[in-house]
Amino acid sequence: MNDHSILRVVSKIMIPFILLFALYVQFHGEFGPGGGFQAGVIFASAFILYGLIFGIENARKVLPANATRILLALGVILYAGVGVAGIFLGGNYLDYNVLAATATGGQHLGIFLVEFGVGTTVATTMVTIFFVFAGQDF
Amino acid sequence: MSVLLSAHLPALQVVLPLISAPLCVLFRRAGATWLIALIVSWASLGISILLLEQVIANGPISYLLGSWAAPWGIEYKVDMLSAFVMLIVTSIGSISMVFAPNSVNAEIPEDRIYLFYTMYLLTFCGLLGITITGDAFNLFVFLEISSLSSYVLISLGAERNALTAALRYLILGTVGATFYIIGVGLMYQMTGTLNMSDLAERLPAVAETRTILVALGFVTVGIGLKLGLFPVHVWLPNAYAYAPSVVTAFLAATATKVAVYALLRIYFSVFGTKIFAALPIDEFLLLLSLVAILSMSAVAIFQKNAKRLLAYSSVAQVGYMIIGISMVSVTGLTATILHLFNHAMIKGALFLVLAAVFFRIKSVKIEDMAGLGRMMPFSMAAFVVAGFSLVGVPLTVGFVSKWYLILGALEKGWWPVAGLILVSSLLAVIYFWKVIEVAYFKERPAEIGAISEVPAVMLIPMWVLVGANIYFGINTGLSVGAASAAAKLLIGGAP
Repeated sequence: MNDHSILRVVSKIMIPFILLFALYVQFHGEFGPGGGFQAGVIFASAFILYGLIFGIENARKVLPANATRILLALGVILYAGVGVAGIFLGGNYLDYNVLAATATGGQHLGIFLVEFGVGTTVATTMVTIFFVFAGQDF
Repeated sequence: MSVLLSAHLPALQVVLPLISAPLCVLFRRAGATWLIALIVSWASLGISILLLEQVIANGPISYLLGSWAAPWGIEYKVDMLSAFVMLIVTSIGSISMVFAPNSVNAEIPEDRIYLFYTMYLLTFCGLLGITITGDAFNLFVFLEISSLSSYVLISLGAERNALTAALRYLILGTVGATFYIIGVGLMYQMTGTLNMSDLAERLPAVAETRTILVALGFVTVGIGLKLGLFPVHVWLPNAYAYAPSVVTAFLAATATKVAVYALLRIYFSVFGTKIFAALPIDEFLLLLSLVAILSMSAVAIFQKNAKRLLAYSSVAQVGYMIIGISMVSVTGLTATILHLFNHAMIKGALFLVLAAVFFRIKSVKIEDMAGLGRMMPFSMAAFVVAGFSLVGVPLTVGFVSKWYLILGALEKGWWPVAGLILVSSLLAVIYFWKVIEVAYFKERPAEIGAISEVPAVMLIPMWVLVGANIYFGINTGLSVGAASAAAKLLIGGAP
């Protein structure tokens, strides 16, 4: 797409804002509308846009297959690990109250970590699906 | 520490496989991922034995996820029935993981083996989740976890047909899950709750409304698709025939059983038996399953592929379980629950033998199995004993479950049903004999050359299951005791 200069310039301007908006949705999730799923998809859309405009090879350089696979797994482990931490701190599985000194603080921390895990996995899954379909590689 | 963990066993049962599946993705080496899957399967078996002991000693266990109180938060509930089904799933998982490495290494490309174990662990997690949860919506989530990962497992099969089989299962499985969730949505609309015990309390007040009857219909069709109920079983034969051998053994012995469990749960712990007076779905199921046991056994006779033959036989066997449900009596449900356990042992053993056969001759076509009785004496002997059990010969588990099924039919005065069950058993003799005849009474063509028996690491898991077929066929105390206790619990009312 070398001859589409408008697309190239506009997408270059857009991508940082898309990433920033994704992070806002991610970290604002516990106070307002938002959360890991939405943020993950928005975050991934920046990479997918980059891949569409600048080619799969260039996008792969930014996010190699190994990195997506590891992040994908780590997101799930973070989610499940927060639950297990609840058990070791004396609560039930996924009990956020015991994670911090106060129950409210614990709920904040728990939601924050779990949603971060969800966001990581959703973003990398979206990117992986796009790469697999677009590049027909694995 | 041990006191700390013993209170959290219901959560660990599901979390252990869930957290180890991504670990497999991180390790990516065939050996390491197999070791993880093996350890987790056996640990889960240990957990389900401990849970069963706790349930026998202290009654049902309730576990609140995230410490949110029951009707609002998600509640895990372990009673006699769920503990028993978890024991089935985890023991089959443990045994097939011991058997797995040789067969998997031969059938799946090296760089995809880690995917096999990851997906196995997710299926395992989903099946245990369906069994343990006390929340109708959470059941849907686990249903999806187990289904999505089993589509991947089936698509890992070596032949290209595996992809079509997996896609077909995906489409029908998704339709099934959608029907189930529509049913749950309708129940939620009328009662405002998703917790099963809470639903059981609130449903009787609105049981006569059309919304609830429609919900019952949707849930029946949805779960029916998952358990391979005739006539919505069409995905099953191909999925079983083209999946990798170990996958077939694991799924055939667990996935349909867990779906039958879900049906039992929804019918008897959520709706209650009175709903059948308003909508005679029991008679409808009886008719369908009678057609299933006869037509599917007849279709099995004409199969040329041994795996597909056993797949059709599975649809027929699921028919027996549904006949037990349609009796709506303690004896009928005892037969159903007993057959969950017994059929898992039978089909697990038979499909493991076919996995061993495929490992040696790279085919499970019946005509290619000529002379195997002499070349692979221990494997084929296992096939014969497990086959006797499938037919229902005395001193095997198959006999015990058929005995209770016929007893239940006679209790109701259903003489024709008892007769048809016997006819279907005779059909089983015919299709089973077809394999035996080729394996024992035909010479292996000389130009193909001799083959040897499979290694002991494959024989031992197979024979453990065969041994269980005999042991629980003679010493029926444990399995019948657990099944009848679970059946009384279901007929008694709320979980």
